[in-house]
Amino acid sequence: MHITKDLVAAAATPMVLGILAQGESYGYAIIKQILELSGGNLEWTEGLLYPLLHRLERLGHVEATWRTAAGERRRKYYSITDQGRAELAEQRRQWAAVIDALKGAWQLTVPALEAQA
Amino acid sequence: MTSEPTGPDPALEEQISQWRGYVRHHRGISESDVDELEDHLRGTVADLSSAGLRPDEAFLIGVKRLGALDALSREFAREHSGRLWKQLVLGGDQGPAGADRAGNGWLTMLVFAVLAAAAIKVPALFGVHMDSVAGATFYLRNASLLALAPMVAFLGWRRRIGVPVIAVLVACYGAAAVAINSYPFATDTAHTLILAALHLPLVLWFTGGLAYTGADWRTHARWMDFLRFTGEWFIYYVLIALGGGLLTGVTVATFNAIGVNVETFVPQWLLPCGATAAVVVAAWLVEAKQGVIENMAPVLTRVFTPLFAVLLVAFVTAVLVTGHGIQVQRDILILFNVVLVVVLGLVLYSISARDPLARPGFFDWLQLVLIVSALAMDVLVLLAVYGRTADSYGFTPNRVAALGENVVLLGNLAWSAVLLGTFLLRRSPFSRLERWQTTYVPVYLLWTAAVVALFPPLFDYR
Repeated sequence: MHITKDLVAAAATPMVLGILAQGESYGYAIIKQILELSGGNLEWTEGLLYPLLHRLERLGHVEATWRTAAGERRRKYYSITDQGRAELAEQRRQWAAVIDALKGAWQLTVPALEAQA
Repeated sequence: MTSEPTGPDPALEEQISQWRGYVRHHRGISESDVDELEDHLRGTVADLSSAGLRPDEAFLIGVKRLGALDALSREFAREHSGRLWKQLVLGGDQGPAGADRAGNGWLTMLVFAVLAAAAIKVPALFGVHMDSVAGATFYLRNASLLALAPMVAFLGWRRRIGVPVIAVLVACYGAAAVAINSYPFATDTAHTLILAALHLPLVLWFTGGLAYTGADWRTHARWMDFLRFTGEWFIYYVLIALGGGLLTGVTVATFNAIGVNVETFVPQWLLPCGATAAVVVAAWLVEAKQGVIENMAPVLTRVFTPLFAVLLVAFVTAVLVTGHGIQVQRDILILFNVVLVVVLGLVLYSISARDPLARPGFFDWLQLVLIVSALAMDVLVLLAVYGRTADSYGFTPNRVAALGENVVLLGNLAWSAVLLGTFLLRRSPFSRLERWQTTYVPVYLLWTAAVVALFPPLFDYR
């Protein structure tokens, strides 16, 4: 299934904040996790993820630290801040409202679609 | 399934280092971004290798997955417009939105610089000479218009500004020209005229920001770039002026030595034409030689922030310890306004030179000390001045102007101190301080415009 660019972009911030709310992570792992969570439907590009992470860092929603694990290479880890948690809560409220509204709107059309299918 | 590659693979390391060298040349991607992307690439390669691919195959797929570098660097550039600003090299690639006319930059600059030099002498064609009384009156009112309009035109040309922006600029500059030339000032040295002439360049400068920001005039990032531009333009202009002064001195001396008198040529032609052409040249240099200034603004801030902080702390301590009131002389408020401008300038330089993501450090504390001591000093001065406005002269235009400037600067610095403080306590990101500075630009514009346009009628053109 192809998901349009606009939809991917709109969901990007809550997606990243939601993943980081479970614990700190780094770019490659975040992209893999998004792929898993979406059952392979959301394939993010690096050009979407890294600038977004940097923007969230600039806004103070996430914090980044460079760390070197034993025998590993230097890696930039991101973790969510209190401000980021507040932002996530706010975005969740907004998404919930949108999803509810969509459900309401589609309830009427679902039988018609099913009839077509 | 093969195990993860143990130890570095020399061929892979070679490929990755070549890839790094290539990525680094893309705009908007900094060294630490390359590190981050390299980590990402190695993650992909490791996964693919453990799925059975050879390292070089895995590398190729990994690079492919990173996507076209141009697209990647565009996304990075969009997020980090501050970095992009550093890389707007003349004759290089296209600007942020492909909006800049790069390439033949210096030739255009030359045309506009010549236009500027000519503009300042055009009035002579109509009999308005600089050394006459009529000339003095005319140039007091119009010199800043003649000097700044070519630079704004140059910036607008480079940014390919659209018709609406051009219309707004022409309307503003036209209104300013009409106001300052048609107001019935009481004398040619009326206080309100002098004040208007002093504030007009600032009005024109901030309005000119529209030509600089072009189509992006609504974005904070572009206005931040404009503030950077302002600071760096100032540095270049001072440098050119110093060099120009030396050149002038040598010119006069050497021609005197051979008995040729250049003492009318220098003040009539060399100085005015050189000074106005330098306005355009400095603007071009800021755009063209970004890398040079970029090393200078931080150095200047690092040197002068501690010095001014020490000076101001010493001053405030001295006033408090000795109990000496501040001697309120005629121009005292103006002097302290200058100090506030310097402090604000240092704050702006350091903001523009700072990586917004860097952690709060010692230097930021120093900056806070500087701002707070400047505020303390200003409060002391205002208390001293407060008594003075009660005397027989009351609110003269000069005093209201000086007081208004003080309030404008104080407002900015006070809130800057709060934002810097919360940043240091890690309660808010540094970007809020940046945003505050760009949000404040209209305040400067409104105040200076008021001094130019409203003060003369308010004070009966005295």
